[in-house]
Amino acid sequence: MADIAVTDTSLARTRITSLRRFGRSDARFRALTFLAALLVVAIFIGIMVALLRGAWPALSAFGWGFLTSTTWNPVTEKFGALPAIYGTLITSALAMIVAVPVGIGIAIFLTELCPRPLKRPIGIAIELLAGIPSIIYGIWGLFIFAPWFQQNLQPWLIDRLAGVPVLQDLFAGPPYGIGIFTAALILSIMVLPFITAVTRDVFETVPSALKESAYSLGCTKWEVLWHVILPFARTGIVGGAMLALGRALGETMAVTFVIGNATRIDSSLFAPGTTISAAIANEFTEAVGPLYTSSLIALGLILFVITFIVLAAAQLQLYILERRAGGRA
Amino acid sequence: MKPHFKILASAAAALTLACAAPAALAADISGAGATFPYPIYAKWAEAYKAKTGIGLNYQSIGSGGGIAQIKAKTVTFGASDKPLSPGDLEGAGLTQFPTVIGGVVPVINVAGIKPGDMVLDGKTLADICLGNIKYWDDAAIKRLNPQLNLPHQAIAIVHRSDGSGTNFIFTDYLSKMNPQWASQVGAATSVQWPAGIGAKGNEGVAGNVKQTSGALGYVEYAYAKQNSLTYVRMINHDGVAVSPTAAAFQAASARTDWAHSKDFYVILTNQPGHDAWPISGATFILVYKNPPDAAAQKEALKFFQWAYQNGDSLAESLDYVPLPQSTKDAIFQSWKANITPASLP
Repeated sequence: MADIAVTDTSLARTRITSLRRFGRSDARFRALTFLAALLVVAIFIGIMVALLRGAWPALSAFGWGFLTSTTWNPVTEKFGALPAIYGTLITSALAMIVAVPVGIGIAIFLTELCPRPLKRPIGIAIELLAGIPSIIYGIWGLFIFAPWFQQNLQPWLIDRLAGVPVLQDLFAGPPYGIGIFTAALILSIMVLPFITAVTRDVFETVPSALKESAYSLGCTKWEVLWHVILPFARTGIVGGAMLALGRALGETMAVTFVIGNATRIDSSLFAPGTTISAAIANEFTEAVGPLYTSSLIALGLILFVITFIVLAAAQLQLYILERRAGGRA
Repeated sequence: MKPHFKILASAAAALTLACAAPAALAADISGAGATFPYPIYAKWAEAYKAKTGIGLNYQSIGSGGGIAQIKAKTVTFGASDKPLSPGDLEGAGLTQFPTVIGGVVPVINVAGIKPGDMVLDGKTLADICLGNIKYWDDAAIKRLNPQLNLPHQAIAIVHRSDGSGTNFIFTDYLSKMNPQWASQVGAATSVQWPAGIGAKGNEGVAGNVKQTSGALGYVEYAYAKQNSLTYVRMINHDGVAVSPTAAAFQAASARTDWAHSKDFYVILTNQPGHDAWPISGATFILVYKNPPDAAAQKEALKFFQWAYQNGDSLAESLDYVPLPQSTKDAIFQSWKANITPASLP
C-alpha cells in the first residue's frame, strides 16, 4: 500500500530507507498487538494461580471429598461443594431448557415473520432486557415474581402433578415462592436477550438467494426454516447459547435473591438450594478463619473449571458440527 | 465556544481538586470491618469531621475482612460483630472494646397475630429452627400462648443467608438455650441451617416473612422497628416476657460485669435482668496494644472517645443502643491498662 514513487534515481536510496522504516513501524505495531494478546493470557494464568493458591488449604484438607461432600458447616469447619455445584448446574440447565427454544423462536419471528413496523420496537425491547442490571432482576424476582408464583402457579403445579411418577417428586411442596425453580426462571429471562440477539444476527446472514430458491421450489415457510435457515445458522445458535450458558453459570446477585440459599440437595425443584456464586457472595465478607475463606475460594476455582469445561465443550461441538457440514458438502 | 471553554476550565479545576483530595485524606482515620455498625460510624464520622476536620475512612467489608485487615496492619482499627477470644487477641497483639449495642428480634407472619401478641422462649425458638416443632399449633407454642388461637399451619423458617453479626447473635442465643442446637449447629456468623430458606440481608428476610404465610424470621432491631414488623416477645433469663425496646437492650448490658471480663469478651445473649432483652449483642473495635503507627491510632482512639462522650443521641437516632456509662468507663480503663501510652488520646 505504502509505496513511494521513484521520480529521481537519487531518491532510490531514500525509498529503501523509507521501506525499512515502514517495516520497523509494522514490527512495532505487531509487537504491541501481540503484547495486548499476551496480557489476556497473563491475566488468565494469574487468576488461575491466585485461585489455586487461595484454594490450596481447603483442597489439601478435604481432598476429593470437597467435591462430593454435602456438608457446609462453618462452625465445625467442614466444607463440601456438592450442593453448590449441583445448584449451579441445575439452575443453568433449566434456564437453558426454557430460554433456548424461546430465544430461537423470537429470533425466527423477528427475521422471518414479523411485520416490518414491529421489527424494530421488539428488537430494541429485547436488547434493553440485556441492559437491566442483575440486581433489578433479583429484586423484581423476590418482591414481584416470587409472591405471584407462590400463590398461583406453584400450588396449582403441586396439586396437578401429585400422583404423577417422577414429576410429583420434582414439583413437591411446600410452595415457598423462592427456590431452585424460581432462580432458573429468572436466569432464563436474563439470558434470553443474549440468545435472541446472536441468533437473530446469524439468521440475517442467511443469503436471500438460498431462501428464495427454496421458496421458488415450493417450500413452505416451515420447510425453509427447518431445512435452510436453521442448518445454515447452527454454529451461530450454539455460540449464542454458550454465551448465555456462561452468563447463567456465573450469575450472582439475582440468583442469591431468589434461590433460598440452603446448602442442601433436594429432589424437588421447588426446594431452596444454592449456587457457587451465591454462596461466595453470601459468605465471603464475614468468613473468618483461613479454612473457611479458602473453601470459598475453592468454590470459585470449581466455577472457573466448570465454565472452562463448558466453553471447551462448546468449541468441540462447533468443530464437530463444522466438520460434519463440510463432509456432507 | 466560550461557554464550552468555561465548562472545560471548571472541569479541570474540579479534577485538580479531586487529585489533591487524597493528600488531605492522609490524615484521616482508617478502619475496616463489620457492616452492622457502619451507619452509626458514618454518622459519628460526619459530626466529628465537622468539629475537628479529621475524617474517617471506614470500609464496611464485613467482620471477617475487618479482622484480616487489622491483622495485616493495612488499617488503624478493625471492626467485628463477633468478639475475638482473649487467646486470639493475645496471639495477634490486639485488644478490643465494644462501641454500640444492637439486638435481634424474631418476626412472624401468622394470620390474626399482631406485634407483641406471641411469646416464645429460647428453647422453643431453637426447636422451631431445628425443625423439631413444625406447626404453629404445637403444644410447646400453645403452652406459652394459651390466649392465642393458633392455626394448624406449617412454620416456614426464614434465615439470613449472608454471613452477619445478626446470625452470630441469634445462633449464639439458640446455642445457650438448647443443647441440641449447640451440638448440632452451633454459633457463628453463618451456620448450616437444618431447615428453612435463606434470604439476603434484613430486607430479604423481612420481605420473605411478609410474603410467606406462617413464616418466622429474625432481623436487626432497627429494621424491625422502622418497618413495624410483627415481633415476638421473648422470655428472658429472669423468666419475664419482654418486648424489644432500646431500654430492654440497654438492660441486657447494664448488669454485665464488663470491668472484670477480660478483653470485653462477653456476648450479651441471655443476660440476667428483669427487663433485659435476651437476644442482644455489642459490636467491637480491634486495635493494637503496640500499634505500628502510634500517632494514627491515637487519632482513632480520640475519635471513639469523642463518640462515647458525644455520640449517644446520634446512635439513638439510628436505633442503635449506646453503652451505659459504667461500660464506657471500663473501656477507658482498659485503654490505659493495655495500650501503649503514645497512642492514648
